[in-house]
Amino acid sequence: MNYTATEMMTIAAARALANHDVCFVGIGLPSAACNLARATHAPGVTLVYESGTIEAKPAVLPLSIGDGELCETALATVSVPEMFRYWLQGGRISVGFLSGAQVDRYGNLNSTVIGPYGRPKVRLPGAGGATEIATSCGRIFMIMRHGARAMVQKLDFLTTLGHGPTGQERRRLGITTAGPVLLVTDLCIMEPERETNELVVTALHEGVMREQVAQNTGWGVRFANQVRETEPPSPLELHALRELNARTARAHAGGTA
Amino acid sequence: MASFQSLSDAISGLVHDGDTVALEGFTHLIPFAAGHEIIRQGRRNLTLIRMTPDLIYDQMIGCGCARKLVFSWGGNPGVGSLYRLRDAVENGWPNALEIEEHSHAAMANAYAAGAAGMPSAFFRGYRGTALPEVNARIRFIDCPFTGETLACVAAHRPDVAIIHAQRADRKGNVLIEGIVGVQKEAVLAAKRSLVTVEEIVDDLAAGSPNSVVLPSWTVTAIAVAPEGARPSYAHGYYSRDNSFYVAWDGIAKDRESFGRWMRENVLR
Repeated sequence: MNYTATEMMTIAAARALANHDVCFVGIGLPSAACNLARATHAPGVTLVYESGTIEAKPAVLPLSIGDGELCETALATVSVPEMFRYWLQGGRISVGFLSGAQVDRYGNLNSTVIGPYGRPKVRLPGAGGATEIATSCGRIFMIMRHGARAMVQKLDFLTTLGHGPTGQERRRLGITTAGPVLLVTDLCIMEPERETNELVVTALHEGVMREQVAQNTGWGVRFANQVRETEPPSPLELHALRELNARTARAHAGGTA
Repeated sequence: MASFQSLSDAISGLVHDGDTVALEGFTHLIPFAAGHEIIRQGRRNLTLIRMTPDLIYDQMIGCGCARKLVFSWGGNPGVGSLYRLRDAVENGWPNALEIEEHSHAAMANAYAAGAAGMPSAFFRGYRGTALPEVNARIRFIDCPFTGETLACVAAHRPDVAIIHAQRADRKGNVLIEGIVGVQKEAVLAAKRSLVTVEEIVDDLAAGSPNSVVLPSWTVTAIAVAPEGARPSYAHGYYSRDNSFYVAWDGIAKDRESFGRWMRENVLR
């Protein structure tokens, strides 16, 4: 293989975005996937960052959610209260792209603490925009590295609602948006099963074995009846991703953003 | 009318031990120079409000200025942890830190409610999350018209709001451009306010009639602090020093290298 597992993950996530999507973008892996989509098959995808930047078209990946690059390339920049009230809560965003420190089988996320809340072993950054992104956007895509410490049987803290602790809580809470419809990792693609909403493996990346996914998942992971092989990265996708990463590395070195 | 003061006089006049203080700026225009002056003047027992504590609150917490932190995302953006914040929460160093934890939507709504003179804000939020179990200040109310259950949080009403802006004119009117965050709301919600600026000019040269301008009569004090947002940035003046944000990870990881950096760069 002439590509890394991280490249496969980013490319597989990018493919999920369509040209007509309006996407609320988290920093890090989600931002890389969204900007790759914009550089390849979805040049018209609308990227919105919580710093208030609407239709941002960054040439390099921002390090923070509010880099100058975002504002300079945006169609418009609004205040943060306006962003959360009119644009996110107002229902204008079709896709939210999230990540977290832990995910469970129903796509619930923890980004708050490892260990008990009052005496955490690791204090994580916290919710940020995720709690409301998860319920206000039409659908949620998630991107995370696979590992038994990240894909857990039980979250240490439920920061962000996926399908809920039993997979059925969204409807009970009167939430009408779809919630998590996709989890892309560096090993596979998972999607919620009909009825149960449990994330099951629907595609394995090239060369990945089922045992490898099982060993790296903290719950008894299940596989869909039909498991596809993820289409490997095309030369065009790889070239675009590497160019984006190289431009980003140059821009972030030496204090010039 | 805003009074023009030195940064040192403004901090000593406006920020007292035990105050509730909000230094705002969403990634952009973070008032580092003002935060450093608070550290140098040795303020204690502050309740610090800020959506994203960022490096400035990491430094203030690590230097023992804070008793309590009200926040929604406490990381080093794109890099990782704020180690001084973590050390305070995980180990009580240099002192125990009470935390009141929210989501961004709640913090933004709480500032807007403060600016609007409201006691609280309600919004569609916190559904299905465990945050209300650990934060008693997150409540829920039913809409009297539709019956929908909505999240409710108390308005932010800081004793002092501190922001950094591009410039002020000689009358003390302030212009903020670029990513404007919650700065206008923070100033209008606060009892007192300090704006540090890159420069004082004859004409604000606002880009449009809709530019964010804080009239002089809404601001308590203005202090000139060129490059006062570094390593954050000022749109139109200088870029974010992303390499410093990356370097902070190593500096702040242990108490000794943090203390040395503060002594050499802030406390001297």
